[in-house]
Amino acid sequence: MAMTETFELSINSKFEFVDKVSSMTKVMADRITFDEDTTGWIDLAVREAVINAIKHGNKSLEAKKVDVKFIVEPGLLTVFVRDRGEGFDPTQLPDPLDPENLLNPAGRGIFFMRTFMDEVEYSTHPDGGIVVRMAKRLKV
Amino acid sequence: MSQLSIKDREVGDVTILDLSGKITIGEGSVQLREAVRRLLDDGKKKILLNLGEVAYVDSSGIGELVSSYTTTNNNGGHLKLLNLTKKIQDLLMITKLLTVFETFDSEASALDSFK
Repeated sequence: MAMTETFELSINSKFEFVDKVSSMTKVMADRITFDEDTTGWIDLAVREAVINAIKHGNKSLEAKKVDVKFIVEPGLLTVFVRDRGEGFDPTQLPDPLDPENLLNPAGRGIFFMRTFMDEVEYSTHPDGGIVVRMAKRLKV
Repeated sequence: MSQLSIKDREVGDVTILDLSGKITIGEGSVQLREAVRRLLDDGKKKILLNLGEVAYVDSSGIGELVSSYTTTNNNGGHLKLLNLTKKIQDLLMITKLLTVFETFDSEASALDSFK
């Protein structure tokens, strides 16, 4: 494997396209030789990021794009998901583990991303929209 | 192609929904919500969700399990879970929802618990 490889895809804001991203995530994780369980959790984290980008970022406006970029390095997968939304403050989200939020049907997507990835951070893209960067290291 | 297949059967006064496929955002979540709603509308208030053949759940799917649970409770019913896969068990554990749901590995024990 080359030292660093980059793969990109762009989807319209429709949930049925999440499976395309998911297929690519599994191929990327496989290149880094993550085990099956870890690959499943990475896939879930990426799906949650893409779903948030479609639903909350792009407000499900189908023509708005979600860009996904994978950077594959030995022992490290980094995934960027960019929406075309107006952003939000990730520090202001309710804690899904707070007893008063346990029965809230929503609000667990970012929690899953933070649980299953080693790093999750948000930034504003210079051309607009929010980018979430997630990274997962291979444990040896 | 349907994401989620739901078959229902009755054992005594308990309705078991055998789910197979994916409970994810979109169709799978809506199907589960509608199936539970229909049972409650028919006055069937003891509901057991058999998740043994559910291959995939995302945060929306977890949300739908929670909604199904609260809707059933609010209608004076009981909703319990049967045959959690390892992944669903892990997700319910990290979200502390194992403290909320009654879960069973055996259908007979689950049925007994409704008596």
